[in-house]
Amino acid sequence: MFRKKKHAAPAATFHEVWSKGSVATKLSFFIMGSNALENKQWIKGLSMLIAEVAFIVWLVFGGISAMAMMTNLGPNKTKKVVFDKAQGVYITKQPSNSVLILLFGLLALIVCMGMIYLYIVNLRSTRKNYALKRDGQHIMTNKEELANLFDARLHDTLMAFPIVGILSFTILPTIFMISMAFTNYDRQHPIAFSWTGFQAFGNVISGDLSGTFFPVLGWTLVWAVAATVTTFFFGVLLALLIESKGIKFKGVWRTIFVIVWAVPSFVSLLMVAQFLDYQGAFNSILMNIGLIAHPIHFIDNQATPLVARITVIVVNMWIGIPVSMLISTAIIQNLPTDQIEAAKIDGANAIQVFKSITFPQILFVMAPSLIQQFIGNINNFNVIFLLTGGAPMNNSYNGAGSTDLLVTWLYNLTFGQEQKYNASAVLGILIFIISAVFSLIAYRHTNAYKEG
Amino acid sequence: MMKSYQNQRRLSLIFRYLLLTILAVVWILPIVWIILASFSYNNTGFVSTFWPEQFTLQNYIGIFNNPQYPLVNWIINTLIISIFSMIISTFLTISVAFVLSRLRFSFRKPFMQIALVLGMFPGFMSMIALYYILKGLNMLNLGGLLLVYVGGAGLGFYVAKGFFDTVPFSIDEAAEIDGATKLQIFTHIDLPLAKPMIVYTALTAFIGPWTDFIFSGIILSTSGNAKNYTIAYGLYNMVHNSKGNATAYFAEFVAGCVIIAIPITILFIFMQKFYVNGITAGAEKG
Repeated sequence: MFRKKKHAAPAATFHEVWSKGSVATKLSFFIMGSNALENKQWIKGLSMLIAEVAFIVWLVFGGISAMAMMTNLGPNKTKKVVFDKAQGVYITKQPSNSVLILLFGLLALIVCMGMIYLYIVNLRSTRKNYALKRDGQHIMTNKEELANLFDARLHDTLMAFPIVGILSFTILPTIFMISMAFTNYDRQHPIAFSWTGFQAFGNVISGDLSGTFFPVLGWTLVWAVAATVTTFFFGVLLALLIESKGIKFKGVWRTIFVIVWAVPSFVSLLMVAQFLDYQGAFNSILMNIGLIAHPIHFIDNQATPLVARITVIVVNMWIGIPVSMLISTAIIQNLPTDQIEAAKIDGANAIQVFKSITFPQILFVMAPSLIQQFIGNINNFNVIFLLTGGAPMNNSYNGAGSTDLLVTWLYNLTFGQEQKYNASAVLGILIFIISAVFSLIAYRHTNAYKEG
Repeated sequence: MMKSYQNQRRLSLIFRYLLLTILAVVWILPIVWIILASFSYNNTGFVSTFWPEQFTLQNYIGIFNNPQYPLVNWIINTLIISIFSMIISTFLTISVAFVLSRLRFSFRKPFMQIALVLGMFPGFMSMIALYYILKGLNMLNLGGLLLVYVGGAGLGFYVAKGFFDTVPFSIDEAAEIDGATKLQIFTHIDLPLAKPMIVYTALTAFIGPWTDFIFSGIILSTSGNAKNYTIAYGLYNMVHNSKGNATAYFAEFVAGCVIIAIPITILFIFMQKFYVNGITAGAEKG
């Protein structure tokens, strides 16, 4: 349906448009919209013209300098007192605000790219009008152009706002942070900083942060594997238990578990942190029933790293198993039962059926979303931040505790005492690379990739 | 022989019920404790027993009248933000999902690829930049927070797009042959069909502001005025500042949490079906 409506390839090359077009058409290469104006497409022509004029005015009065400033992120690196000849007094020159310079520079670059896109749109519309005119066909009127925005070009209309939002609130900040990894923006250079190339990367991978980076990376991967595997495996078992023959009120049982998942995590995790506290209710329950004689340090600063890490994984099971159970239930209910019946007739017991049929089937369906969960767990900020805050502190680490993941360490480096903004940007990029590699592996091994 | 088989079956069922009961108790115990703690009479800043020594409603009365932690303001702020965010985000998300699923155009594939790549960056890596952008716009307030919530809405199209993909294309084609424009197909045919998806998207967008304490904390904390906070950051701030040292407000914090958690929990339980469908649909398609 869509293919047959697709516009025929443009019948003219840009070269032909340039050499044979009218004056206004030729002018379109310099003055955007002039061709549209010639063809009485006032709205399109005027808006393009205004956009170009506004762009040039902006470029002269701010755009060029904004981009030029980006080369050294501002001339004044330190606060200094200089003699101002014009006024004949000493004045204090504040260091340049590199953050704003970088931000406005990037913004200027994005505006320029937007303008280039608009220019290409202008050329394409000129070419289209030229070809239509040459062949003596109807050129769209203003009204038709507008109507077209809600029909054949509906995608442009509907995507405009989302794309502006994504550009300004996702892409711009992301590029900004990526650039920050190549500067020396840290506690020593809090206002004015400069480009330092890959120095911050070197610092994280082989410099004074490497002693923290590699252990934290190791724990992040261990955590992500443990968290994903435990919640998945026990979630499947729980789903099978609830779905098994003879259990009544399946919906009620499921809801009991789902409640835990549904409670907002900042409530449940903050409260569980209190629950597991040295003086908390869990320790007092355990002492009352006589399991332990003295309270245990589960997640506070006196806890041993191993106990804290196990606690974190167990608490994550508490939150993660219900979700996993819900999803597995949906899959189990749709599994073909003939294989299981056949196996049972052949005398397989419940464990054999689970091991050889049910579990592999679920695993097959769940594989792509498991990889997503794995990546989600690498970035699982909430559990660690709310539960332990990274505790217990580790003296051999730089700004991180024994349960800190790369993401929570990133957070600490930015908002904590350390203020190593460049290092946190480097971490962000490294986390991105790790996630990208695992996603790539996942996509290569699923059918979706092969189908394109 | 027959009898022993039946006995075995019965034993297995009893064992499974027992296991399920134990698990359910383990799972629900901390939640019960949270609710109990919110009713406990307590001024030590700590609830160290499971069963409160003394029950009271004072925590609930107190949290509504606490001048230091204006819960009512937080609820109103969050309600306003979440309603606006719900309306705008739903519109953006559903539009993008519809466009990507039903229309074919040149930047469709690149857009989806960029969305995939952007999703791999840790979300709050960009928070410093957002902070400065909003500071530059002089918008370190609820309006700025709303922009942040709405700004990324165009990237959350996956579940809704999966839904649109399941609606047969032949319906669109039939309408097109009858002379409907693309916009008419969107508003008159696909949108009504997508009603459950719209409800799900709207609920997700609505719940977001009630549970986010990170972005709201960074954007709203600079004002230093507790009246401007949203509920999640307000409550987080309340316990974060009191963590470790005893305060009289811990039990009130728990009461505030329970007040907020109940409606969100109910909404979530209501949404679970959509959530599961979204995940499994995604799993099948890979």
